[in-house]
Amino acid sequence: MGSVIERIKRGHFWTFHGGIHPPEQKFLTTDKPIRAVSIPEQLILPLQQHIGISADLQVNVGDKVLKGQALTKSTHPMAVPIHAPTSGTITAIKNAVIAHPSGLSELCLFITPDGEDRWRERKICTDLAKLTDNDLIDKISSAGISGMGGAGFPTQVKVSTHEKIKFLIINAAECEPYITADDLLIREHSPSILDGINILDSILSPEHILIGIEDNKPEAIKVLQQTTANNEKIQVCVLPTKYPTGGEKQLIQILTGQEVPAGVLPSSLGIVMQNIATCFAIADAVINDIPLIKRVVTVSGQALQKPQNVWSLLGTPVGYLLEQCGYPNKDKKHIIMGGPMMGYSLPTDQVPVVKTTNCILAPSEIEISSPYSTGTREVECIRCGQCSDVCPAQLLPQELQWSAKAKDHQQLNKLNLFDCIECGACAYVCPSQIPLVNYYRIAKSEIRQQTQLDIKAEHAKVRFEARKERLTRDKIAREEKQRAAAAARKARMNSGTTEAKSEMSAVAQALARVKAKKAQTKVQAPINQETPTANVAQKSQVAAAIARAKAKKLAAQQNIAVEKTILVDQNTDTSKPAVDKKAKIAAAVAKAKARKFADKAHVKNVNVDDKPIDDKVEQVSNTEKTLVDKKAKIAAAVAKAKARKLAEQQAKLAATPSNEITNEKPKSEST
Amino acid sequence: MAFWIASSPHNHIKSETSAIMRLVIYATIPGIFAQWYFFGWGNIIHISLAIITALVAEFTILSLRERNIKAQLFDGSGILTAVLIGISIPAIAPWWISVIGAAFAIIIVKQLYGGLGHNPFNPAMAGYVMLLISFPLQMTSWQPPLELMALPLSFVDTLSVIIGGFTIDGYSVEQLRTHIDGYTMATPLDTVKTNLTMGLTIAESMENPVIGENFGLGWEWINAGFLLGGLFLLAKKAISWATPLSFLSSLFVCSLIAFLFSQDSNASTMFHWFNGACMLGAFFILTDPVSGATSIKGRIVFGALAGFLVFIIRKYGGYPDAVAFAVLICNMAAPLIDQYTRPRTYGHNVSSNKAGNE
Repeated sequence: MGSVIERIKRGHFWTFHGGIHPPEQKFLTTDKPIRAVSIPEQLILPLQQHIGISADLQVNVGDKVLKGQALTKSTHPMAVPIHAPTSGTITAIKNAVIAHPSGLSELCLFITPDGEDRWRERKICTDLAKLTDNDLIDKISSAGISGMGGAGFPTQVKVSTHEKIKFLIINAAECEPYITADDLLIREHSPSILDGINILDSILSPEHILIGIEDNKPEAIKVLQQTTANNEKIQVCVLPTKYPTGGEKQLIQILTGQEVPAGVLPSSLGIVMQNIATCFAIADAVINDIPLIKRVVTVSGQALQKPQNVWSLLGTPVGYLLEQCGYPNKDKKHIIMGGPMMGYSLPTDQVPVVKTTNCILAPSEIEISSPYSTGTREVECIRCGQCSDVCPAQLLPQELQWSAKAKDHQQLNKLNLFDCIECGACAYVCPSQIPLVNYYRIAKSEIRQQTQLDIKAEHAKVRFEARKERLTRDKIAREEKQRAAAAARKARMNSGTTEAKSEMSAVAQALARVKAKKAQTKVQAPINQETPTANVAQKSQVAAAIARAKAKKLAAQQNIAVEKTILVDQNTDTSKPAVDKKAKIAAAVAKAKARKFADKAHVKNVNVDDKPIDDKVEQVSNTEKTLVDKKAKIAAAVAKAKARKLAEQQAKLAATPSNEITNEKPKSEST
Repeated sequence: MAFWIASSPHNHIKSETSAIMRLVIYATIPGIFAQWYFFGWGNIIHISLAIITALVAEFTILSLRERNIKAQLFDGSGILTAVLIGISIPAIAPWWISVIGAAFAIIIVKQLYGGLGHNPFNPAMAGYVMLLISFPLQMTSWQPPLELMALPLSFVDTLSVIIGGFTIDGYSVEQLRTHIDGYTMATPLDTVKTNLTMGLTIAESMENPVIGENFGLGWEWINAGFLLGGLFLLAKKAISWATPLSFLSSLFVCSLIAFLFSQDSNASTMFHWFNGACMLGAFFILTDPVSGATSIKGRIVFGALAGFLVFIIRKYGGYPDAVAFAVLICNMAAPLIDQYTRPRTYGHNVSSNKAGNE
């Protein structure tokens, strides 16, 4: 590690890939002191102002709060509490538009200040040496400090790392154009910043402390060098101005020559980075017991009459600050929170200042033309590659853009879309003026959403599989139970006890009853249907009925068969003679069959005698044979007559097939 | 009160694709001037014809595709293509050569593939190759430099030849190409190539009047003109340095090796550099971002491949010059080159703590 420090001492640094030099515009605010602004009429405090989760709400509407009083309480390392910036009354807790690129609404506390600015009880720490590291971390945690450079990572998570820290890097690069908040803070409050750095030093005990600052802030550099002159551990590293030097990964690369591997925190390399404004907040919290309730905000842009850095209470609506700095009241407001490279335009001037707000930009039309006047000027990508030349993450923005437009998520992941830090350098240089970062943001959120859906689908699948398994299991168990019960019953029945016997006979009786019933219905059904033979004796009636039924069935079958043949004929050959012939043949066949059937009926009578199917037939069969014969003959005659009639009908049908068949034909075709 | 949600970044370098195209067009002026000085008005007439054709063709297709005609017609890309075609074809080629070439380049090579940014091939070179293959006679009828011509060639004569095939005085293209001594003259590259097949050495070829004092009468100055324009583009950062540098180095190395191997049968490195379309190709054609490679590494490979191909085709191919063919082959290879020359993303495959151990 010695070599890194030697290099730094010689003023040699590494460099990161790409980068741009947008017009700095820092002169607008750099020569004016930080101004204190009066307390606005209303403060709007979003519950969550950092990366992570919001802490638990501790107050209700109507509560009187004191300045510095905690409004939420943290129960999780990634939850950071917020505090009342001044004394007053909680007037509402509701959703309001917050500082977010998409103009999102989230839960906010509305405080109406009472103007007294009355503090809660404070414990000012006079001797830092008395505090243990845990005390310090607790104080940082309860003061609600999160990174003030832009991302807003909870500070106590960063400082409570267990890794051995080689470098504590203080980020004072402030590479975005316009912003001078850190510059002014250094110039006006360097002793407090040094206290903050010392507190971090005692917690993390790094080998070296490096303050990275761009060379466009000569006064701040001088102040820092003077303040830290007595501390051998601290190196003020003056870096060439290039955007985005202030990016965490880029600054680490410049100072140490190391790249933070993808998906890993810098602490794994033994590096912790803190923003210089965060150092000030830490000192204020630990020494003066002032939680994070205010910050320096650069209010700049050529649309303002008095651009200046201001001490703004958190929760101050942007419109109030702009008013203080002389913003002309106009219809179409183009206001940007953050710098021109990474800031986002605001949907309303009621958006409050939060912990990460370092700049409010109100540019004139000439500086940054608002989309009102220009609209989109995007043209096709010509693959000039200027974007990849400037990309600090060494991505291929042009290829990412194509894949983002094509929604090719797989390719986007392959091209490491999620390593994009959204610095905007690519879109800044793009000659085709493609809003590249916008495409990446959309693609990123789509992929995140898809991942969520995939996880959900996976859960659903698991649940479904589990259910299916459970149902199968239940079914098997049920079947097993039934089988066991049946086996038990059988065993009981066969056991030979009287109980079992009675059970068995009961079953047998039931079976017999069922059989008898069945037989009776079989016999009686045809009798009820036939009226002409009602006088005939019961026995012959039965046989005749059977024969008749059979004949009828047969006739019906023939009928269908004839119809079918006609149909087939009609389909293949529509000539009438052929149909007639076929019909005649069919009729002849039917007649023959009927005759044959009549013969059969004779035989059947005999057969019926021998058949022991039901008791009643059996009883009469022998004694009244002749009678039966006679009856059977009659029945056969009737059947014959019927068959003949049927044949005649068929012949008729065949003679005039056109009507019926044309009716039938489409049906048969359609089926 | 209205607010506008716009995505970051909010400021822009204010460069425009059309501005880059315009700059490239301006940078061709020194080369065109040299062409005019040594070969007369022919190329300027062809450039004008090609521009008119390109604009008409582009307008037609854009209206068929229902695109924003105003923005896309004058983005400069079509005009640049036309200028490059006009520069590349022989000065006294018939008028329909540049018309067909420009129409083909714009309609088939550019617009049918989706317009600017989507064409896999350089439109000007694809148009040129189509012309060379379809109309070999007209496309190889290079006239000698004015000072070697037996006949005078005024602006009106040139116009007349281009439109009607004969000068005002009735001389044909073939007669115009004839030297005072009565033989037809070719370009220096062609001369050297033909002479080599006839068994002459390079040194003997160099005595041919078309070679002049250095590497090719007129041609060396045209190439110098395009080199100048190219350096201007580099200074303006309109084109990437990687492609021309690697192309010229590659051609230099290839021709140097061959030259050292056999001085009698191989022309010098500078002969290769200052003849044919070498400098035009290096700075104006290979640097076309649409059909080239994108990463720096990719561009180096792309340029080196082109240089190698130019040398190989000039030395062994059937045509005297090779830039157009080399460009088209490299265009085909560009996606593959891009695929294999992707830069390593920050934080990926980090060689662990390289700085700490230094």
